[in-house]
This record gives sequence, C-alpha cells and structure tokens, in this order.
Amino acid sequence: MVSKVLTANRLADGISVWLDASGNWVESLQAAFIARHAEAVAALDATGKTAFADNKVVDVNVVDVEEVDGILRPLRMRERIRAEGPSIAYAPGYHGLSGPKNFAA
Amino acid sequence: MYRYDEFDHAFVSARVEQFRDQVERRLSGELAEDAFKPLRLMNGVYLQLHAYMLRVAIPYGTLSSRQMRMLAHIARKYDRGYGHFTTRQNIQYNWPRLSDTPDILKDLASVEMHALQTSGNCIRNVTADHFAGAAADEVADPRPYAEILRQWSSVHPEFSFLPRKFKIAVTGAERDRAAIQVHDIGLHLKKDENGKLGFAVYVGGGQGRTPMIAKKIRDFLPEEDLLSYTTAIMRVYNLYGRRDNKYKARIKILVHETGAEELARQVEVEFANLKNTELKLPDADIQAIAGYFAPPALANRAEGWENLARWKKADPAFAEWVHQNVQPHKHPDYGMVTISLKPIGGIPGDATDSQMEIVADIAEEYAFDEIRVSHEQNLILPHVALADLEPVYRALVAAGLATANAGLITDIIACPGLDYCALANARSIPVAQEISSRFGSPERQAEIGDLKIKISGCINACGHHHVGHIGLLGVEKKGAELYQITLGGSGDENTSIGEIIGRGFEPEKVTDAVETIVDTYLGLRRDQSETFLEAYRRVGPQPFKDALYGGGAQEAA
Repeated sequence: MVSKVLTANRLADGISVWLDASGNWVESLQAAFIARHAEAVAALDATGKTAFADNKVVDVNVVDVEEVDGILRPLRMRERIRAEGPSIAYAPGYHGLSGPKNFAA
Repeated sequence: MYRYDEFDHAFVSARVEQFRDQVERRLSGELAEDAFKPLRLMNGVYLQLHAYMLRVAIPYGTLSSRQMRMLAHIARKYDRGYGHFTTRQNIQYNWPRLSDTPDILKDLASVEMHALQTSGNCIRNVTADHFAGAAADEVADPRPYAEILRQWSSVHPEFSFLPRKFKIAVTGAERDRAAIQVHDIGLHLKKDENGKLGFAVYVGGGQGRTPMIAKKIRDFLPEEDLLSYTTAIMRVYNLYGRRDNKYKARIKILVHETGAEELARQVEVEFANLKNTELKLPDADIQAIAGYFAPPALANRAEGWENLARWKKADPAFAEWVHQNVQPHKHPDYGMVTISLKPIGGIPGDATDSQMEIVADIAEEYAFDEIRVSHEQNLILPHVALADLEPVYRALVAAGLATANAGLITDIIACPGLDYCALANARSIPVAQEISSRFGSPERQAEIGDLKIKISGCINACGHHHVGHIGLLGVEKKGAELYQITLGGSGDENTSIGEIIGRGFEPEKVTDAVETIVDTYLGLRRDQSETFLEAYRRVGPQPFKDALYGGGAQEAA
C-alpha cells in the first residue's frame, strides 16, 4: 500500500506540521511518522481527530507519500508545496523553504 | 479621502476587541474550530497551505501615505517583510500568526483600516476605477458612491448571510477600468441629458466556474436612489438566490435562470416600495461624502511641459516609462503614474515593506499623499505634476519600482495559486514569472503592444483569466499541473469571456504556447496599431489553433 503521514496546521500560527513517531507535531515532513499498513493509518487518523478536538491543530489530513532514496515525497503537488514551502523566491531574504526552483524543471 | 467619524472609530475598535476575545477563547480551547472559523473569516483571517492569511480591506483601492506605512509596518513586524496586492484592490499577508491578528487589526484601526468584508457571504469591499478623481475621461468621481455603499453595507444585518459572496464595482468613466461587467453589481456613473448624475446598473456578472457578463437592467438610476435600488436587488437575490448548491448561488445564476427582464421587473417592484423611504439619499449627505473626495488643489505647473520634453530627450528609459506608465490627468500639467508591481521575472502584486514605505514617501512629497491600488495589482499615484515626474521616476528606479510595462505583456495578473492558496490546483506565480522573463525585453514588449495576460490557479478565477486577452487556467490532471488557455477575453467596456483554445499545456510547455500565440498575432495583424484583442476579434480562434496544434485543432482538455 501507499505510505501515509499525518499533517495539519498548528492552531496558534498556522504553520504546516507533521506528526512524528513520538507524537509531536514537527515542522519537517522528513521527521514524520510513516504509516505503512492499515492499522497504522487508522491510528494516524484517530490521533489526528484527537489533536483537532484538543485544539492543537487544524486542517488535519492523512496524505500519501512515497519514499525515494530515504526521502519522503508527497504524491500530490499540493502536499509537496506544503512540505517544501512556496516554490518561488517570495521576498528578499526568503528564497522558499528549500531555495529557489525553476518552474519548468 | 474619507476620514472616520466617531461612529466609525468606535465601531472598528469594538470589532477589534471582540475579535481579540474570540481569538483568546479559540487559543484557550474554549471555542472549537467549527465555531471559530466563520468568526475569523468575518475578520479577514483565512487558513492557507503554509500559514494563516490576513486579507486587509482597501476600500475602493484608496490609501494615504500614513496607511501605506502601516501596511509596511505590518509586513515587517508580523509577517515576512512583504505583502501581496490583490485583484480586488486589497492586500494579503501570507504568514501572520493567529495569535497576532488582534494586534494587527488594532494597528490597522489606528490608521482607519480593517479587514471587514474581505471574506464571507456578505457584500465585499466595494471596488472602483483606480484612476477615480483624476482621469481626464471621467464624468465624476465614483468613490463617494463606493463609500456610501461601504457605509450602508458594513455588517448590514439583512445582507450579512447572503446565498454567496457579493461584489460591487463602480466606475465614473465610459472607459471601464473597474471591470464592472464581471461583478455581481456594476455601476457606471454617468450624466443624463439634463446633466444629472446617476448610474447605469449592471447585474449578474462574474467569473469563477461559470463566467457571465452582467446584464444592464437600468440605463439611468438617479444618484439619490442608489441605496434603495441596490437594496431592492439584494432583496430579490436574498429571497430567490439558490442556497442548495454553492456553485449555483451567485446572483449571476439567478439572473441567468430568471432572465434579466424578469429579474429587473422583480427589482422594480421592490424598488417601488423602497424608493421614497429613509434609503433615499439626501443631496446634503451625498455632498458631505463627496467633500471627502474633493481633488487636491492642483496649482498650474506649466513649466513641467518643457522640463518633461528635455528629460525625455536626455533619457530614453525615462521617456519609455512616461510613455507607458503615465496617463493623462484632468489637469493638463499633471499625470497619473502607474507604479508597476510587475518587475520582469518578479511576482505580480508583491511589494516589500521598504518598497511600500518608499511609495508612501514619494506620495507624500510629490502626489498629494494619495495612493491607489489597481485591480491589475499595481499601485497608482493619481496626481503627479509633470514637473515632478523625473524625481518620482528616479526614486522609483532606486526602489526597483520603475518597470515601464503598464498594460504590456509582462503586466500580468496572477493569483497566489498553489504556492499559497488552499483552493488552488496549480501554481500561477511561476508561470507569470517565466512568461515575464521570456518577453521581458523592452523592444519586444513595445513590438507586441497592449496585451493582457491573466492567470488563475483554479476555477475560482481570482486571477481573472476569463477576461484576459490571453487567459491561463491551472488545473490538476493526473496529479500534475496543466494549463488551459483562453483567448479573446476582456474586462473593459466591451467585456468578453475568453474562449478555450484547445487542450491544455504542461508547465514546461505553456510559455512556448504563449509565444506561439503572440507570434501568430504578430504575423497576422494588419499593422502595429491593431492590438492583439482587435486582431483576435477580427480573425477568431482558428489561426491560433492551427499554430498551436497543427491543422486538426484538438479538443479542449
């Protein structure tokens, strides 16, 4: 099955976060806990509902990822941009969370 | 410009404190997200992909230097040093913390600004011609009427929970720079044969997934009936607008399904009941509001003509900027300056905190303290003496704000797209950047002439792609971005909705496709005076289809 991770936005500042193996919400997708079977996905789902109900995070979603050479990569472009930041150098001093990218690349 | 009275100050301050309490209760867990979400949206706070977003209202796009400095301050203190001017003459901040938003709103209130009516199913921030009060071709300044509508519609109890959002635009010139025919209500301020002011009223325009051109339901509405007639329209919409399907809830669908003639009849019935009530605008009230928008005292500055000719001769880049970015003012010794927020290869509509402050300084020194935001995502200095154009230009050059491309192919409208927006399916900004870079040379832009490219990252059409001469719509297909191209759209007094030209293009091919379209136009135009839009309307889509897809034109994606 496709691997999955749990993601959300932190309530107080809205920053994108992922759930790690220790149950903490962290700002890096690469630190996320990866669910590789149905029971683990169900646990992620339940954890997300609880975190939402506890008013820690909003917009909670389980998303599909693939592992390429040990690097997690969301299948959907939307989630890749959430994980890596805007694909543009959006202001002086801010070159996107992963640096400038060529649109056509 | 309009100044808050005691009621406005008290009202906006009370809203800030109310929202502060709501945010505190949300952060403490007392309020759940489902209860809080509509409250934050009523105060302009959205949640995007990476963070919250705050949309600040700039009523009819008019700002003072003091207000612009506050926008810069907010960008610096609470965000990441920049803001994004939108296609509805507002500004958005992409990174505010929810916990900071009450303080941001308090700072805004200190300069008579807020974030009300920038979201939700209410009457949204009223937009207007960005050259209002200055344009040589204007009958009258539309902003007093936009302000009257703003005051009337602010938290209007009857119209705060409409079937869907509702947008009103006002223009005061025959040349429509406010795109009124793609708004829920479009008002064209004009004079009748007796010289009396009133409005042609258009209803049911809009973009989004079902683009429609508004229908004119009144050729002349006397100005004193503005609120009673608008109320009549709103009542008909509130009563009959669909609430069962959000995609069919805008008034354009009601107009389409009811028919403009029948809808006009229903509005007239309501209007007959409202016409001579307290909604009738007393002339004294109109004059009082109009007084706030009195033009600045413009001294004759005839020396500017000679200076300008000399400066233009000495500096071709300055001459090009004047040619492209300065428009005729009512007063012959003055011009209206467009400050392009479209640097070649840059992000349409973005400005840094420093740039905002520099614009504020320039406006204060040279432009009677007035700044406008255009729906084309540029800034405007509406009153600049020709004698001051050269120092204004130098200051703009130093700030990276002197791109001479107003109305040209690189003056691209683009929504934030998938780089920020939770609704988007594809990116808009990188497409705009790549097209801008491809066509960036001044010579090539001059050769192409007037050409409006507009890009949306989803069918909601915030990037106005339906009315782009060349429109690009980003969609998601099989997990990847794809760009559908429309041609022949226009948002002016001869509004048209662009036609889909064929199957979509992958990100790495879309700029080439635009270039093919442009080259096709250059090859078939009668002469350099025939614009892209004129040529398209003359020849239709086929030559462009042939150029893009070969002899057998493809079906749309």
